[in-house]
Amino acid sequence: MTLAKGPDWTLTPDGDAALLVRFEQRIDPVVNARAIALAAALRRRRMDGVRDVVEGYATVTVHVDPASADIGAVTEAVARLARETGAEDPPAERRREHRLPVCYGGAHGPDLADVARFGHCTEEEVIRRHYRSAYRVYMLGFQPGFAYLGSVESSIAAPRRATPRVQVPARSVGIAGRQTGVYPAVSPGGWQLIGRTTVRLFDLDRPDPFLLHAGDVVRFEPVDRPTYDRLLQQDHGAGALHEEQAADAARGVDW
Amino acid sequence: MAAGNPRGGIVVEEAGMLTTVQDLGRWGWQHDGVSVSGAMDPRAHRRANRLVGNQDGAATLEVTLRGPVLRFEESCRIAVSGAEFELFLDDYRVSSDTVLRADRGQALRFGRRTDGARAYVAVAGGIGVPPVLGSRSTHIGSRVGGFEGRALRRGDRLPVGPASAPDTAAAEKTPAARASRRPVGGGARVHVLPGPHCDLFPGADPVATLAAGRYRIRPESDRMGYRLEGAAIAGCDIGGLPHGFLSHAVPAGSVQAPPDGGVIVAMADRHTAGGYPRIAMVITADLPRLGQLVPGDWIEFVPCDMNEARVRLAAAEQE
Repeated sequence: MTLAKGPDWTLTPDGDAALLVRFEQRIDPVVNARAIALAAALRRRRMDGVRDVVEGYATVTVHVDPASADIGAVTEAVARLARETGAEDPPAERRREHRLPVCYGGAHGPDLADVARFGHCTEEEVIRRHYRSAYRVYMLGFQPGFAYLGSVESSIAAPRRATPRVQVPARSVGIAGRQTGVYPAVSPGGWQLIGRTTVRLFDLDRPDPFLLHAGDVVRFEPVDRPTYDRLLQQDHGAGALHEEQAADAARGVDW
Repeated sequence: MAAGNPRGGIVVEEAGMLTTVQDLGRWGWQHDGVSVSGAMDPRAHRRANRLVGNQDGAATLEVTLRGPVLRFEESCRIAVSGAEFELFLDDYRVSSDTVLRADRGQALRFGRRTDGARAYVAVAGGIGVPPVLGSRSTHIGSRVGGFEGRALRRGDRLPVGPASAPDTAAAEKTPAARASRRPVGGGARVHVLPGPHCDLFPGADPVATLAAGRYRIRPESDRMGYRLEGAAIAGCDIGGLPHGFLSHAVPAGSVQAPPDGGVIVAMADRHTAGGYPRIAMVITADLPRLGQLVPGDWIEFVPCDMNEARVRLAAAEQE
């Protein structure tokens, strides 16, 4: 059931508590910029009964409270903004570039060898191919502050692990196909882990708890183990390194 | 902390199987990856709150399958709604769906469960844990909100917010008690709208397959989602998509069909986004009924249209 459509989008219901705008279903910075711009415009409207506006790779989902929202008015507003907004990236003050130091391989990147096998190259070459790209934040999801970054060079785009890990350490850097990302907190996960950063992606003590936002640019910078250890203690306090090593040891069986 | 008296509040003497602080959910942050969470049966949560004169969004305790023992270290009005348990205030048998007065030092004890899966304990003033990103709901997976981001444990002391004066008028407007109940060992019929990805299934209409038989809730189901066993949903053509199936937002009640043919219904603690085709959407009016199910229970999906979904929601809101 299509509610409205334009040259490059369609608007449909998504159950009785959401509306879904779909653009061309491809991983493409221009399509994604279109979704981000529409989502941002809708969030600025602060319509009654709209509870969340969420951009995906090539979608915008408008979550409504069906008991209180005027669905007709919301539908009308979404369609109008979909017609009016173009593929502009978010405003400059929101679209930032981030540099994340990463210690690749070893205990921090237990799947680096598997990715090298996938890519028929050395581990050093996997690292180089991973950090030489600038990545776009296409969307957030999965966990608070988890950003889906793309696109990974196809030669190292190893698929998810067959069996997900029960516990992936916080700040692990992973690859899943042509996506890469950083786990903000300890969680189960199936991505191929190639390294770990020292930077917190989600921190409720910051004015903006989320480091990354859709449309931002992320670069990874390789650092050696002593630099990683120093940065970790600098950013997380003197005990952080010891705590992390104890947690890794406790997790030993999983590795 | 909202509670002025550090010795007051509610002390958890036994935690129960899974007791968490919940409200109506952490809305407004899904684009940052923050899950909504909130009460699995929002109608029972609301009913308990209204009985004690709280706003609908005040935090309650969600009790799952096996209840806790809660000792009140300050006198307060309380109410329990949702799943039916034998309830005791000290040694006295008390009823759900009614306002109770717990005197300082008394303990609320949950006995045998006779109906449903989840009960809600409301306290006048609400559970006073600090809000995180605008909500007191616990999301265990990301350790956000509630009491230290986790299920309650023995020895925890919960603050209670400031209570307003008893409002008998609000209590009288409380939704009918038995609305979202179900018999033990049974299941629920829930209405579904077609999902947004039915066109990816070139063979049989996936909604027809879903509606043709009974599904059973598998043991590995939780507040995040219900994994179902039953007729497999076959034939999704993800491989034919140039970029695969792209991750996008997942509303509550999404019936997802991963490539292995299984069926997963997204519940309160779902991730904000997912990468599985969604073949059907449980209507909002029926989500509380799903929230009262346990592993082993059956679900029947009944197709409906948007108009029926709205009529059913309006009727449910009137209960």
